[in-house]
Amino acid sequence: MKKIEHQGLKDTRSGFGQGLLELGKENPNVVALCADLTGSLKMNAFKEAFPDRFFQVGIAEANMMGVAAGLSIGDKIPFTGTFANFSTARVYDQIRQSIAYSEKNVKICASHSGLTLGEDGATHQTLEDIGMMKILPHMTVISTCDYNQTRAATKAIAKHYGPVYLRFGRPKVPNFTDPNKSFEIGKANVIKQGTDLTIVANGHLVWQAIQAAEILEEKGVSVELIDLPTIKPLDEQAILTSVQKTQCLVTAEEHQIFGGIGESIAGFLSSIYPVPIEYVGVKDQFGESGKPDDLLKKYGLSQSSIVEAAQRVLKRKK
Amino acid sequence: MDSPKELENLCTQIRRDILRMVHAVQSGHPGGSLGCVEYFVALYFKVLKHKTSFQMNGAEEDLFFLSQGHISPVWYSTLARAGYFDLDELNTFRKLNSRLQGHPATEEGLPGVRIASGSLGQGLSVACGAAQAKKLNQDNHLVFSLHGDGELQEGQIWEAVMYAAAHQIDNLISTIDYNGRQIDGDLKDVLDLGDLEAKFKAFGWRTLVIEKGNDLLSVIQGLEKAKTMAFQKQPVAILLHTEMGNGVDFMMGTHKWHGSAPNDEQLQIGLSQNKETLGDY
Repeated sequence: MKKIEHQGLKDTRSGFGQGLLELGKENPNVVALCADLTGSLKMNAFKEAFPDRFFQVGIAEANMMGVAAGLSIGDKIPFTGTFANFSTARVYDQIRQSIAYSEKNVKICASHSGLTLGEDGATHQTLEDIGMMKILPHMTVISTCDYNQTRAATKAIAKHYGPVYLRFGRPKVPNFTDPNKSFEIGKANVIKQGTDLTIVANGHLVWQAIQAAEILEEKGVSVELIDLPTIKPLDEQAILTSVQKTQCLVTAEEHQIFGGIGESIAGFLSSIYPVPIEYVGVKDQFGESGKPDDLLKKYGLSQSSIVEAAQRVLKRKK
Repeated sequence: MDSPKELENLCTQIRRDILRMVHAVQSGHPGGSLGCVEYFVALYFKVLKHKTSFQMNGAEEDLFFLSQGHISPVWYSTLARAGYFDLDELNTFRKLNSRLQGHPATEEGLPGVRIASGSLGQGLSVACGAAQAKKLNQDNHLVFSLHGDGELQEGQIWEAVMYAAAHQIDNLISTIDYNGRQIDGDLKDVLDLGDLEAKFKAFGWRTLVIEKGNDLLSVIQGLEKAKTMAFQKQPVAILLHTEMGNGVDFMMGTHKWHGSAPNDEQLQIGLSQNKETLGDY
């Protein structure tokens, strides 16, 4: 396997901030709202460049979702910014009625998702957000893996009409995707082709999966590695094509197994092409304070957990 | 439709529509609908600068948002009689495959509706956003919204009340349907709102009280007055004193008709108190 190099460590939230700033320059209808977390969401550059198009709502996320829905009626493209927990669980009914059911063109942009926000602990470590958002009709759900992809996805969702949930995170992680690659909603990316085993990952776990694939390749396993940033709509064809070749699958995500990509993929494959699947994700638990890497290890989301899942699924494969 | 007599006739006819719609499906919310008839007639036939060729973005026209979506019968009847869609469609209220959902929705594409409402407390935030979009678009029109008084028990309302004042959203005129009743009983017994006008003032709004919210002329004059208060750096709140169930004697003076449909006999009594004027749907 050709080693995948990264271009340095960068946070995905900064990719969002950069994408938003570029959008501000390109599209005068793009507006941004933030609930007292402008610095954390990296929205300062947009705020300074376009003060008339930036709305500080204070610590009032429910109102932020409604105001965004209202702005969209006047042909604006609102991007809301706060932590993932306050972007979803706290405001679920507002999103459900005023945005999803009402088919409003609101982009719900959520940082500090998953365990890897670290020391703040379980109150802030949302691991249920993808599940909540993917079951809403009309909602597109995206979880990006690095700075470049987050920047590209931020720009892509402005061109897509309809509600979108864009999930990214806090820590600096390897930035490895092509900076010139545009983001296609609903398209999986085959990072590496292989024949023995498919690994599908998204978010921060894509890099973990790359490391796991290198270890597996050294052991003689040919791994097909797929990055699946769009959870909904699911790129069914890419997944089917891959498992028809490899006949088994590991999913890896920084989310509860319930409600995540593993569940979506299993639901799809079980009805048309069942293969053995192992799931790497959080197993019906809340998180806790700690360093991101330590949390990934403790909760079974690190590269070694992906390697172990791969070895289990290979044994189950006939 | 301009003379006071014609508008009074319209109010009577809308009351008939409400009773017949709710009776036909034995579900819906007649009490609050009847209490707001004069507001809707005043708004749509006198005050609102609106187009009946519906466009979702509402550019270059005044907008209206109904936050307490359960009083959809009065809104649907008003929209139909204002020309947004055929009167016949009122027959489909709350039935399968209808655009006239139990609570207003956009998914079926009903002209006049720009946001779903039903889960209470969300409409003021939406109205704030729509009003701010008008400012960004340099569209010098107004945004109106209507809220139940019980709905003000929702926390999101007060987030939006704070926001509207802080952001000087002065192209917004929000009316509170102040009938003092909600599903479980009188508002003061369920959860008292205290001095509501003082609350809005303290939050930085300009306020206007319409004591006779079921007197058409008073409502028209009140809304016109409110328009003169707009564009002065503050949002405007109207406390509209109404009577739940207004115009049907046995539905007045109680909260019991908030969400109950009349039976056949009760319908006939209600209709006899509101004779057909402009033709039933």
